[in-house]
Amino acid sequence: MTQAQLQESASFAAPSSETGGGNWREYFGFSTDHKVIGIQYLVTTFVFFLIGGVLAEGLRTELATPESDFVSPELYNGLLTVHATVMIFLWIVPGLTGGFGNYLVPLMIGARDMAFPKLNAVAFWMIPPAGILLLSSFFFGAAGAGWTSYPPLSLLDETKIGEAIWIISVLLLGTSSILGAVNFIVTILKMRLPGMGFFQMPLFCWAMLATSALALVATPVLAGALILLSFDLLAGTAFFNPTGGGDPVVYQHMFWFYSHPAVYIMILPAFGLISEILPVHSRKPIFGYAAIALSSCAISFLGLVVWAHHMFTSGTPDWLRMFFMVATMVIAVPTGIKVFSWLATIWGGKLRLNSAMLFAMGFVSMFVVGGLSGIMVAAVPFDIHVHDTYFIVAHLHYVFFGGSVFGIYAALYHWFPKITGHMLNETWGKIHFVLTFIGFNLTFLPMHKLGIEGMPRRIALYDEQFAGLNLVCTIGSYILAVSTIPFVVNAVWSWIKGPKAPDNPWDGLTLEWMTSSPPPVENFRGEPVLVTGPYDYGVGDRSTEVDVPFSDAQDPALAAGPGSALRADPDPSVALHADDRQDPGNSNP
Amino acid sequence: MQVSSTSLKAELNHSVVAEHTAGHHAEHPDYRLLGVLVFLIAESMIFLGLFAAYSTFRLVAESWPPVGTPHLEVLLPGINTLVLISSSFVIHKADVAVKKDNVPGLRLWFLATIALGVIFLAGQVYEYTHLEFGLKSNLYASTFYVLTGFHGLHVLVGVLLMVGVLWRTRKPDHYSSQSHFGVEATELYWHFVDVIWILLFLLLYIW
Repeated sequence: MTQAQLQESASFAAPSSETGGGNWREYFGFSTDHKVIGIQYLVTTFVFFLIGGVLAEGLRTELATPESDFVSPELYNGLLTVHATVMIFLWIVPGLTGGFGNYLVPLMIGARDMAFPKLNAVAFWMIPPAGILLLSSFFFGAAGAGWTSYPPLSLLDETKIGEAIWIISVLLLGTSSILGAVNFIVTILKMRLPGMGFFQMPLFCWAMLATSALALVATPVLAGALILLSFDLLAGTAFFNPTGGGDPVVYQHMFWFYSHPAVYIMILPAFGLISEILPVHSRKPIFGYAAIALSSCAISFLGLVVWAHHMFTSGTPDWLRMFFMVATMVIAVPTGIKVFSWLATIWGGKLRLNSAMLFAMGFVSMFVVGGLSGIMVAAVPFDIHVHDTYFIVAHLHYVFFGGSVFGIYAALYHWFPKITGHMLNETWGKIHFVLTFIGFNLTFLPMHKLGIEGMPRRIALYDEQFAGLNLVCTIGSYILAVSTIPFVVNAVWSWIKGPKAPDNPWDGLTLEWMTSSPPPVENFRGEPVLVTGPYDYGVGDRSTEVDVPFSDAQDPALAAGPGSALRADPDPSVALHADDRQDPGNSNP
Repeated sequence: MQVSSTSLKAELNHSVVAEHTAGHHAEHPDYRLLGVLVFLIAESMIFLGLFAAYSTFRLVAESWPPVGTPHLEVLLPGINTLVLISSSFVIHKADVAVKKDNVPGLRLWFLATIALGVIFLAGQVYEYTHLEFGLKSNLYASTFYVLTGFHGLHVLVGVLLMVGVLWRTRKPDHYSSQSHFGVEATELYWHFVDVIWILLFLLLYIW
């Protein structure tokens, strides 16, 4: 029973009795398995995505004509507020961090679970009550001040109950997000398998580390703002009420101190997922690993110091506007580094244009559109023109839908076989992609023009001259709604009846592919061992028979056996050959 | 193979949290204290946000406190500050005690810290009931009550944590020099509450 044997069995599949998903009841209970929690997050948040989508269709149906003829203006405001809150706090943030973060991070770093499994379950179980609470506010007159809840608009008596429910719900979701961030930070810092340094981590783990740091630092400030806002709303104080000596701009500062970083909380994990998917389906090493990893950290830091670019028209002094304009534009540098690295990764690769890759490439192209309009609105003079117009709506949807949601879809297609043990249907996946791509662009591209022409956002009524393009947007949004049907049917059908997935259907090199599909309860049989870097595609001859070649006398990179040349700094305690191994308790072997 | 891998891992890990039970959650070193520390970063950001809001209100206001608002008395909160600072030293004695397997010492010093925490809270309640302005009097009064109240809530949570630790010492072997996460976490939290109070005291009473 030598150690060498042990390591070559790192990719042994677990017997089916050990694989997850045996008992469906587990998914409705307080499970502490990170994979079960990850699936709970993914399914729950996807349901909220569909609910948020229904709310959006209500908005678009109202906006099909200039008159207010589908819902009352008050209900329109409620739909608008709850749509944004659901999509941000109940779909993209928990879906990306809670869903994929929970499922993938422990697998990718070779851990058996998160650092704090119970805390993980607690963080998840805050989400369903918060979501149900938020949706229940429609029965009492939903909050209508938009997801930003700017006072004094959010302090109106008519929506008092809805606003209070909104605050409680967002506080719950924020707490969940903070607890998740604590868990990710400790897990990534401490639970990596021996031999995996920071620069051997898959890029998704870097992204999650940067995201968690951001969530940890920024979310509490939102909590502070909401505590003060609830005092204004319920106790009659005047923190943000000018008539009582308060200052509504202070709320805006506190709100955006969280909510601008929230943009990066919603996009950085998607960046990470795309950095995993592109190399696998291009069969090439990632271009610029360290640059992508460190640019996540740079975005995380810069994201904390640009919040007031949302407030160029809030009486922000000129010198401050100048600072925030320049700082915002600087973010384009690390973001550009990522985009060019992704392009260089797929450049000249042997591309597999399956659904995951299509969505990943859709992500890169659509996100760039949103990123470029982001630089436009970062410029103070242009922003003053388009502030609170549909240009902003177009910009943010290109980032959140064209970016985050395309990224989530790409990741769902990529990891579905691992998560469920079944393959998705490729044809329906491609139909889903085409419909989503067309529907998305039809919905949001015309909004750029509407915004530049001055159509204000967040209002149920609009001028006759915008009617044509708005109808196009509404038709596009219906296509977008229809586009989810092939996905949902495909996912449900494949989960139950789809062909069985092999352990490593895409020939990936990250550790989650080195275990069975779905992985057993504690992820790996025996100790997983790093034998290659996460993106060493095309480095050494790959056999399709085994997931990872362990040694090849003809290949310079593999001639010394597994774990030698490919690991810059192999850990002596897990070295492949027993002779090389140093006992940690005995420095003189 | 499984056996050898488990023993290899056990060798690597010096302190071990839990035995391999029911095929779930293998042993790994105890990271809970690090978790608490990371969580306290988040906690301090709430206070930092509130401090920033307070400072902005104050700097933007024409006069602070507004004309006609009585100035805050410094004597009582000054004594309270000394009480809270000294409690940080007292609670550390408990930590030293438990690391020497001295559970009665742990009980004694935690009781003393609880007493100091309760004195602090009582002092704050006394101050609240004797102030001439209420929560809604003006912006100055509102910020005062919300900031001190939010901090007082944290003191209360700290006291309850200590009561919880005391409750657990009923079992004589619950805390030992090998296993005392609850004691250390409570101490860390208490120091945090203490530091926040010092900042708050400087901001509200001295500035």
